[in-house]
Amino acid sequence: MLASCKQILTSLRHRCVSTVPATGSYGSLTDSVCQRLENILGKGNVSTSLPLREQHGRDESHHSCAPPDAVVFPSSLEQVAEVARTCSHERIPMIPFGTGTGLEGGVGAVEGGVCLDLSKMNSVVEVHSEDFYATVQPGVTRNALNGYIRDTGLFFPIDPGADASICGMAATSASGTNAVRYGTMRENVMNLQVVLADGRVLHTAGLNVRAKKSSAGFNLTNLFVGSEGTLGIITMATVRLYGVPEAAIAAVCSFPSVKAAVDTSVDILQAGIPIARVEFLDEISIGAANKFSKLDYPVCPTLFLEFTGSHLAVEEQTKAVGEIAQGNGGSEFKWAKSHEERAKLWKARHEWYYAGVTTLRPGVKGWTTDVCVPISKLTEVLTETKKDLDASPLIAPIIGHVGDGNFHCLILTDPSDKEEMAETKALARKMALRAQAVGGTCTGEHGVGRGKMDLLREEFGSVGMEVMRQIKASLDPLNIMNPGKVFLP
Amino acid sequence: MSGLRVLVGCKRVIDYAVKVRVRPDKMGVVTEGVKHSMNPFDEIALEEAVRLKEKKVASEILVFSCGPKQCQETLRTALAVGADRAIHVEVSGEDYEKLEPLAVAKMLAKIVEQEKSDLVLLGKQAIDDDCNQTGQMLAGLLDWPQATFVSSLTKEEGEGLLSITREVDGGLENIRVKLPAVVTADLRLNEPRYATLPNIMKAKKKPIVAMNPKDMGVDIAPHLSVLSVEDPPVREAGSKVENVDELLAKLKEVGAV
Repeated sequence: MLASCKQILTSLRHRCVSTVPATGSYGSLTDSVCQRLENILGKGNVSTSLPLREQHGRDESHHSCAPPDAVVFPSSLEQVAEVARTCSHERIPMIPFGTGTGLEGGVGAVEGGVCLDLSKMNSVVEVHSEDFYATVQPGVTRNALNGYIRDTGLFFPIDPGADASICGMAATSASGTNAVRYGTMRENVMNLQVVLADGRVLHTAGLNVRAKKSSAGFNLTNLFVGSEGTLGIITMATVRLYGVPEAAIAAVCSFPSVKAAVDTSVDILQAGIPIARVEFLDEISIGAANKFSKLDYPVCPTLFLEFTGSHLAVEEQTKAVGEIAQGNGGSEFKWAKSHEERAKLWKARHEWYYAGVTTLRPGVKGWTTDVCVPISKLTEVLTETKKDLDASPLIAPIIGHVGDGNFHCLILTDPSDKEEMAETKALARKMALRAQAVGGTCTGEHGVGRGKMDLLREEFGSVGMEVMRQIKASLDPLNIMNPGKVFLP
Repeated sequence: MSGLRVLVGCKRVIDYAVKVRVRPDKMGVVTEGVKHSMNPFDEIALEEAVRLKEKKVASEILVFSCGPKQCQETLRTALAVGADRAIHVEVSGEDYEKLEPLAVAKMLAKIVEQEKSDLVLLGKQAIDDDCNQTGQMLAGLLDWPQATFVSSLTKEEGEGLLSITREVDGGLENIRVKLPAVVTADLRLNEPRYATLPNIMKAKKKPIVAMNPKDMGVDIAPHLSVLSVEDPPVREAGSKVENVDELLAKLKEVGAV
């Protein structure tokens, strides 16, 4: 295996399509470095096998596979720190890997290097139900945590489509259908343990701090939340938990137009109703969901709604929202009352990506977009976007966390067809620029990854980008932390 | 007719998500410091009981657990999900390690007599021993009808009849069962609810009665003895062959053909 390290480096290293200017050359993964990694981690935990490297070079996005030179499997904080010290000494890039379910190509090793697959670090370190928090390692996914705490009456509400690693969710500042009520990772991470590029271990909110709020020092936690692995390796996250609601009921409402559906969601928020979930699906998305998830809803613009709280609160909310919906031409609510019916509905919503790629145009890739705009601009931006997509020859269902002003399009594209790719890129860019023009962002929850670096520059301007570069340079002067993502130093 | 008195068994087992490890003495698995929770099939049985109570078919839910002191946590969860009161039969240490389904069935039979239960709902099997015996043995001891691997349960309009669907190898079997009866729950019977914070608070006030096998007149002596517990053999690496001839040669080598 050691001898084949060199062979693999020369013959099989992939590079991403957009060239990355070197900030001084990186070191290579020589036999001796491989041996040192094996000494730290044990022989079975360092691999250069091609299938394993390819598996770690891609996520769920359309971005091409960029395999690392090696994949390592640390089992402890000390091992992660030692790997970091070694790679730092040798100037070898490091890419942290959770569940590989990202949507922006964040795990691609565009400069080669070592991928740290953190799945072996999978303990729920502690759960403090009286204080409403849990501390987890990177191998713990959101469903695993919720399974673990199911007896406590608490749950972790952030629910992106995939069953993602919670530490990975912190790295991308993930969010989900529950954000309208519970917020995103930014509001729900209390503390992070991070291994920096040089191997030092940082506790972002203080060594042992689990206080609900604090004014102590810089808000380092939110510096790392959303940094997409470019500032350090998250090895532990302390997250907020919330009480499982007493009552919950979901409903589906069909609308005669996209505008009617989106207006309804905006009206609900402006009426101050604490709705738990409000998700928009266009007619293409509902069609795909009916096929894939075996639902049976009318094929037209739709809202999936959920109301939670005490029994009285739920009754109040459903009545108020019902009136707003009907006022906008919405249909009678189709209820999902039992636990099973609600679970089926939200599972279908979470499966949107898979429903799209498998039922609408099997065999091609799905390019996801992710803009987020102020609520007051949502109707305008979404209806304009829908017009663009309807006019395009490509199939592109739309879905949206309309409660946050955030929506996604899944542009189904054949990556080998140059015209289709050009059309897709143009559509995605137009969407992002339109959002930015009204005070929105090019990425509400997926991150910048490899594909939105130019849009980030548009959004932040030169001073913003410079400040980010300065911070990056002070924490990772060698640019070995997940190079080629978010921005170039 | 008045509601059914339902008895539900809730076994405390190692949590389904835990990676179980064999003890160094090879006589069992490591349980110290390992997360435990209610047997998933028992959660389903309990959920069914709570739904019967919500439909006013059941009037009262009594939950039962046999084992060490920590079983009280399992019973508190059951009370939070919707049970009314609980019985904990304390058995610990080696007695608990060697406890067999027949002993538990005998305890349940005593409780059924004492409480005049109309319906016993159990999980089809526990995920630690996979015995799948307690429900059947209990029905035998009580001379009651049994409906096992139930995936749907309805109380019929008339007197004391349950309409049941069972999951069997060939598909689904629909039967009608006279009450009182023993029912064991299969995976697809329902999706259990989670306990909520207010219900967990309320559950602290619900009663848990302590009992022990001696006072109940139940003999818990085991009839089986465990010889050893071993890990399954580690999977060996395979090898690639270039062509069919080589494949045949290798198969002959290992005596497979």
